Amino acid sequence: MATAVEDRADNRQSPLSDAVVVRFAGDSGDGMQLTGGQFTLSSALAGNDFATFPDFPAEIRAPQGTLFGVSAFQINFGSSAIETAGDAPDVLVAMNPAALKTNVPQLKPGGLIIADEGEFNDRNLAKAKYDANPLDDGSLAKWQLLKLNISQLTMDAVKPFGLGNKEALRCKNMWTLGLALWMFDRDRQPLIDWLNGKFAKDPNLAAANVAALNAGHAYGETAELAGPLKQHHVDPAPVAPGLYRTLTGAEGIALGLVAGAQLAKLPMFFGGYPITPASAILHHLSRLKEYDVTTFQAEDEIAAICSAIGASYGGSLGVTSSSGPGIALKGEAMGLAIMTELPLVIVNSQRGGPSTGLPTKTEQSDLYQAVYGRNGDAPMPVIAARSPGDAFECAIEACRIAVQYMTPVMLLTDGYIANAAEPWKVPDLESYDDFPVEFLTEVPEGGFKPYGRDANLKRPWVKPGTPGLLHRIGGIEKEVDTGHINYAPDNHQAMTDIRKAKVDGVKVPDQVVELGAEGGKLAVVGWGSTFGPIHQAVRRKRAEGADVSHVHIRHIWPLPANLGELLKSYDKVIVPEMNTGQLKTVLRDQYLVDAKPVNKVSGQPFTIAEIEAAIEEALA
Amino acid sequence: MNEMTTIARTTTLKDWETDQEVRWCPGCGDYAILKAVQRTMPEIGTAPENTVFISGIGCSSRFPYYMETYGFHTIHGRAPAFATGLKLANPDLDIWIVTGDGDGLSIGGNHTMHLIRRNLDCQIMLFNNEIYGLTKGQYSPTSRVGTTSPSTPYGSVDRPAQPAAFALGAGARFVARGFDVSKELPNVLKAAHAHKGAAFIEIFQNCIVYNKDVFEDFAAPKGAEDRQLWLKQGEPMLYAKGTKGIALDADELHLKTVDVIDGDWEEAGVIVHDVTNRSVAHMLVEMRFGEFPMALGVLYDDPRPTFEADVVRQNKAASEGKTADLQGLLKKGQTWTVTEGGPEL
Repeated sequence: MATAVEDRADNRQSPLSDAVVVRFAGDSGDGMQLTGGQFTLSSALAGNDFATFPDFPAEIRAPQGTLFGVSAFQINFGSSAIETAGDAPDVLVAMNPAALKTNVPQLKPGGLIIADEGEFNDRNLAKAKYDANPLDDGSLAKWQLLKLNISQLTMDAVKPFGLGNKEALRCKNMWTLGLALWMFDRDRQPLIDWLNGKFAKDPNLAAANVAALNAGHAYGETAELAGPLKQHHVDPAPVAPGLYRTLTGAEGIALGLVAGAQLAKLPMFFGGYPITPASAILHHLSRLKEYDVTTFQAEDEIAAICSAIGASYGGSLGVTSSSGPGIALKGEAMGLAIMTELPLVIVNSQRGGPSTGLPTKTEQSDLYQAVYGRNGDAPMPVIAARSPGDAFECAIEACRIAVQYMTPVMLLTDGYIANAAEPWKVPDLESYDDFPVEFLTEVPEGGFKPYGRDANLKRPWVKPGTPGLLHRIGGIEKEVDTGHINYAPDNHQAMTDIRKAKVDGVKVPDQVVELGAEGGKLAVVGWGSTFGPIHQAVRRKRAEGADVSHVHIRHIWPLPANLGELLKSYDKVIVPEMNTGQLKTVLRDQYLVDAKPVNKVSGQPFTIAEIEAAIEEALA
Repeated sequence: MNEMTTIARTTTLKDWETDQEVRWCPGCGDYAILKAVQRTMPEIGTAPENTVFISGIGCSSRFPYYMETYGFHTIHGRAPAFATGLKLANPDLDIWIVTGDGDGLSIGGNHTMHLIRRNLDCQIMLFNNEIYGLTKGQYSPTSRVGTTSPSTPYGSVDRPAQPAAFALGAGARFVARGFDVSKELPNVLKAAHAHKGAAFIEIFQNCIVYNKDVFEDFAAPKGAEDRQLWLKQGEPMLYAKGTKGIALDADELHLKTVDVIDGDWEEAGVIVHDVTNRSVAHMLVEMRFGEFPMALGVLYDDPRPTFEADVVRQNKAASEGKTADLQGLLKKGQTWTVTEGGPEL
């Protein structure tokens, strides 16, 4: 986690004692994301550090009981630094056979299965393609199994409230949450308050949900003596004092963009088009009108970016956001923003590709697209966020570069960061330097040159409506200084060189080593959301005495000036990525270092164990 | 948003000309349209610095380089999207979109449709020459069936789009037609500018290289009065020096041509042009030239609230009584404080 890592002891986690991974899995309609979200809040209030991983299907209402309709929410919480959602769950809550079947393979040996046996009927077993009931046939012997008829227990608990069958069963997730709260010694009151607020318009329904929650909790107390269920208290994690909230990546991006626009003293214009998993950013921003934010849901991805460029031309900070397929559609317009040298922030919430690919699963496979993916020599700064909290910082950085260099900037995040939540220490905005934009408002000494340049090679920003500075811009090659149409060979060479020099010259901070030393046997180089598993794996290996360091790159383009020397100070470099080796290619190309790829493209984040294995192999 | 007051200023045609060399083919209809626009702007009385010409790609889209205003030559088909962002960023700007039949109806048809349906306040000049000029003469979405071109050596087989009908179908509140060398064009442009909202103007334009004189059958000066119906608000739909007119066949619900004897158009059933009559507008845009004269001028004009005004209004209403306290926003939602004693709500 970005906020508090430095404040914590560099100790190896002991999953059994101070960190627990729980996975809630059920049908899409079972409310598992809600259950997980509320359990997350409860973890925050218990002072645990945590990381979450919502894992849901692309279908909105997949047919009930099917394998592809399973929705899961995993949370890793503990009393020391948590940076990933956990490799293998300790506890699996399975609300139906399909949820059991798709999730039990990841459960730790000896882990606990809590299954709603009321849903393990012939019909649901058949839908999950079970020949026999796994709860009865001994196939789950390597785990502890707790069979409860959660459906029936919930029905009994909410009976006094006279709900219909369907409504009563909807309270199942609260019963389950109540049990989970008991298991981890959590206070129920914040959840009860939340339920009363959520169902304020229907006090009867609120009372029913509270009753289900209480019944689940009471069941835990009663069952403790009899079965495998044990209460487990996880101590608070030592974190820096301050005000905290939970933050998802989509929230981090939205808030960071607003902060960036305010630091630039500009109104923000956001042009977007619905696409998973990027839409959440549009949703957040469309509620923030009082921050001088205008949001526009365009007719398509192309119109979304073009409207944002139009707004930047008019003097707003134009922003657009999408995911891989939508970013592909925006490519031509990015070229125009590069050619006309207008500021623009493009957020790419990456997902599994190519084509439609895996819309709700995570991947880092758009790095080539970000760095190289346009026609012509079209250089553009690229920044990658490592976590929800870091997304806030990166969004501000993207805004800064866009206006200080008059250039489009791509901000890479991914489906994992977008949906995952982490505790975030609320930053003090006073601590950020502002970067107010100065528009050109009158003819400068020596005459007005629309493509004249300052020390950053930035051209002036003139708002239409300004008297005396009338000029025309467009996508045809510009003449140096004047910006008139010019196809002359020398001019194109000069302008291509200027565009490259401008982006190459973007000032980015020197690369730091996250963990370990400068120089040594092995550097594990990552970018984006692989931060958590890489950091934990390197920490564990260092605790065992291995000479390994973690380098995590935020500025993908241009790369930090010291990066080449830094990489060459290690005997070996490995690059874990959720793609087939894209940053690896860039590093090899830029520095002629023998960076070795470690790749995973399953739509799931790396586990710590996978990175540990890669480190072991590299050091062997 | 910018606080800007539009200062009406006296300008002349010269004030609207740039120093850039015009690069259209000699004799191209675009020259006449450019002159008509430059002649119209002083009469409208807006300031050049407050005016923006936005274009896509194609011959017509070179237009902004020749207007001494702000100008943005964007990418193929997307001018409406740039215009939307610009207008939302600064609703005080006077925006003119310049597009063509390929740019605005083929690659950019989607954006044209949505700009019109949203009713962004701007003028859309669609230069229709029924051909792709800049790419050397391929048939376009408005080319007539059988058009031979480099890409259709045996003649095109697909039926053409009708720009004015397309615009009206998309929800346009202003639809007009003119042609490049027509003396009436400035009046059409002025009416379009006076309309608050998306004003769609189809301008027939003669591509002298790849589709020469394709509109000659109605645009030729000789016999023009028999082939052109210039619509005027409140006036009967008469042509051929008042000897013919347009009437409504109320039983079959379509328009028909009628002879007018001794100027008694009422007796002949000729209808009076009401620019706010949407039903008649639908018939006018569908009126087939040949059987009918070409309907020109303002076919339809009935304003509605504009998109950018509604967005600004909603943004204001949603901000009412709220302060932009970003630090407060960061703290919004469920928070907890970590002290030495542990977390608390």
